[in-house]
Amino acid sequence: MNIKLVAFGIAKDILQHRELPFTVQSDATVGDVKELLKTTYPKFKKLAKFSLAVEESYQSDDFVISEGQEVVIIPPVAGG
Amino acid sequence: MNNQSIDIQIKKTYLDSSSVEQFITNDEAGGIVLFIGTVRKFTQQKEVVRLEFEAYEPMAIKEMTKIAQHILDHFPAKKVAIHHRVGVLAIGGIAVIIGVSCPHRKDAFDACQYAIDTLKETVPIWKKEIFTDGEVWVAAHP
Repeated sequence: MNIKLVAFGIAKDILQHRELPFTVQSDATVGDVKELLKTTYPKFKKLAKFSLAVEESYQSDDFVISEGQEVVIIPPVAGG
Repeated sequence: MNNQSIDIQIKKTYLDSSSVEQFITNDEAGGIVLFIGTVRKFTQQKEVVRLEFEAYEPMAIKEMTKIAQHILDHFPAKKVAIHHRVGVLAIGGIAVIIGVSCPHRKDAFDACQYAIDTLKETVPIWKKEIFTDGEVWVAAHP
């Protein structure tokens, strides 16, 4: 199935896009997508950490993503 | 999501501490703490030219509101304001202002400390430091 990745901060530099369509297995979880991102873009392995957000909230690795859903990549935050 | 006790803003223009102070001032509060985070000229001996902030705004507003609500629920706070800047900031520019009013000063200090510490952990805002000889996304790498 296809999802829409949205990237901020260094994640945008790694993807070289703010938004990017991305193909994942049906019923992929947040954990699956994180692994696939690390395989597709090895620079994600070098980050201190990164999270995924769906529907404007952090989601744990077992969260199941739906077809067409917007998945936002959250690299280490640095506000303030 | 704002109510009369919470003021959350992400702004592309100058942050104004007097408007934060005005919002959190309250007849039942005897202590007001304002934290103002600014852009400093040196990071680990490297000279900073400017900072660039970006936010995932709808989620950042939600996470900042959660922080403010937590303070109202867990501290005897009367009002909480959190304003964060996005865009390009020069040295000395104001990146964040947090204000808390409480009946007594210790709670106001503690709540303000909680707010800035949690903001740096949870709110999806990123900053890029631009040096004279390069640039780096802060905290991205271990």
